[in-house]
Amino acid sequence: MGRFPRHSPAPRRLFMAGFTGAILFGLVACGGDGSEGGGRGGLTLNGAGATFAMPLISTWSSEYQAETGSRVNYNSIGSGGGIRAHTDRTVDFAASEAPLSPEQFANAPGTLTLPFTIGTVAIAYNVPGVEELRLSGEVLGAIYRGEIRRWSNPAIQELNPGSELPDTEIVVVHRSDGSGTTYVFTEYLSKLDPVWAEDVGFSTSVSWPRGIGGNGNEGVAGAIRNSRGSIGYVELSYLDALSLPAALIRNQEGEFLAPTLDGGTLAAETVVGQLPAGHEPWHEVSFTDPPGAGAYPISSFSYFFVYEELSTLGSRMTRERAESIVRWLEWAVTEGQRFNNEVQNAALPEALQERNLATLDRIRFNGDPIRTW
Amino acid sequence: MGGSWFRLTTGALACLVLITAGLIFYELWMGSRPAWEQWGLSFIWRTEWNPVRGEFGALPFIAGTLLTSGMALVIALPVSLGIAILLTEFAPRAVRDPLIFIVELLAAVPSVVFGLWGIFVLAPVVQGTVMPFIAGSPLGYLPIFGEPGAGYTLLTASLILAIMIIPIIASLSREVLMTVPRDQREGALALGCTRWEAMRHVVLAYGRAGIFSAAVLGLGRALGETMATTMTIGNSLGLTFDYFEAGNSMTAIIANELREAASEIHVASLVAIGLILFALSFVLNSIGRLIIGRVSRGGV
Repeated sequence: MGRFPRHSPAPRRLFMAGFTGAILFGLVACGGDGSEGGGRGGLTLNGAGATFAMPLISTWSSEYQAETGSRVNYNSIGSGGGIRAHTDRTVDFAASEAPLSPEQFANAPGTLTLPFTIGTVAIAYNVPGVEELRLSGEVLGAIYRGEIRRWSNPAIQELNPGSELPDTEIVVVHRSDGSGTTYVFTEYLSKLDPVWAEDVGFSTSVSWPRGIGGNGNEGVAGAIRNSRGSIGYVELSYLDALSLPAALIRNQEGEFLAPTLDGGTLAAETVVGQLPAGHEPWHEVSFTDPPGAGAYPISSFSYFFVYEELSTLGSRMTRERAESIVRWLEWAVTEGQRFNNEVQNAALPEALQERNLATLDRIRFNGDPIRTW
Repeated sequence: MGGSWFRLTTGALACLVLITAGLIFYELWMGSRPAWEQWGLSFIWRTEWNPVRGEFGALPFIAGTLLTSGMALVIALPVSLGIAILLTEFAPRAVRDPLIFIVELLAAVPSVVFGLWGIFVLAPVVQGTVMPFIAGSPLGYLPIFGEPGAGYTLLTASLILAIMIIPIIASLSREVLMTVPRDQREGALALGCTRWEAMRHVVLAYGRAGIFSAAVLGLGRALGETMATTMTIGNSLGLTFDYFEAGNSMTAIIANELREAASEIHVASLVAIGLILFALSFVLNSIGRLIIGRVSRGGV
């Protein structure tokens, strides 16, 4: 938070986007229930959910308003809150970094799932004198479980034959707040480390066996910066702010890869052919530890949730409103994708954009299809 | 006529406070019922916190809150009393006024600023200097200090909290000490007391109830502090009594996990912790009042 290098533009842009979004939301919230007013379009759409998606969605909503005059109001109350609002049918759409669990899916029947971006998780470390660090999922799991406690451990040394690792304690840093980043990271560990899967499992917050918790990506970043010998996971976009190196992670092909947007996209492409249809449950979708050259092992989709039959959202839903929801979602998952890179999110592969459009075709209002254009 | 209107209005406003407190209690109770139904009172002393398996218990957080607030008070009380005594008894005017201003300014600093300072300044100092120093001194043999590790610990949070409550306790104590009548002081000095004896036996004795209530208010602030605590305490999940380890507090766990808590029992458990915190502040304040009532027969 306090110590971003002055010349680094990305975190500032993130911050400004978040800040502007928060102010916009505050203004709209003060002006009534937020469903009236707005520019030429007249309607204001309401969404809620993941904080991680805030910079991207607020960039989108200002671009979308400039292009179409329609307003989209996104309240970043967290994925959990977004899913609750979706289940209670109080928002037009929700965003989350994790797919709906079977239980959540059963509580919100008729939910359509649309992936809208690919988030990549970087493993940052602070070990003075170590320029390059290679790690595997198995070793990461053992570090986070506490089986490996020192940097000089033979298992780490074996992956880094050339480097001299210090004989110091490993300080493990994790997120203290519930987060989609934690979901992806722990899901990855569960895949590669059977003991982790058995003892800890994966979720947006888990029962960490050890380590210190930082609040938000900034909190984790701060804790890594200030603790010698530390390791932690952050969203790729926060890596610039850290000005610390990221570990190279071994993928299925045995390559050691640095986290990049392209690596995340390549990973996502490995599952595009096998994804469930939009109205089916998505909780088994995962492309951590994917096969294929160049595919970075720790990344995931973020999702929009919207109801297939929009008239179930109650009397505030009109055909006009339903149409503008579909137009907005269509714009976000196709044209809007060109803004993803600006906020360090990977764009969806073409094939997935097509799938999303097929999902949007399912949306109905009182039984009539909406996307007739 | 005008008087009765006035009485009615003020009465209604006073009731509003009661109603608000009642409603908060009711909402906390309703929100946390699933947790109480599942585990009953044992929720309070269960130590597991596992969102994946849906197992929750409050003890690590209650312990963390009490340990950090308690230590903060232990550190802050002597310092604050020293400041208060200096300001009322010894400092010349030229020193006193700027000092009062600075102490009161400290009370107005937002807690997130203290938290930032904690992350970027205090935590590295605690890791590099404070913990090795304590571990090397006789204090290190106390069972509350283990192996020094990273800088985000119960100790770091206690230090931040201490700094945050010093201005409260110091400025309230100063006002208490100023109410000690001049004759009493001068009487003690005239009887041949040294300045220290007059301070200890007359001034502090006279003001002890007031000082106690200042301490209780400071403790209340420490118990409820969220931002600075969660930024420095380390937010680990297990039960620990080691000030050199990362811990957690009741406020921190709520602030950290409520946003993304997806299952009903997870939310209910967090609300239940809120209810326990509410009850704890209530009990502590009541004890404070009781003791003030008792002690004040001998003083303010």
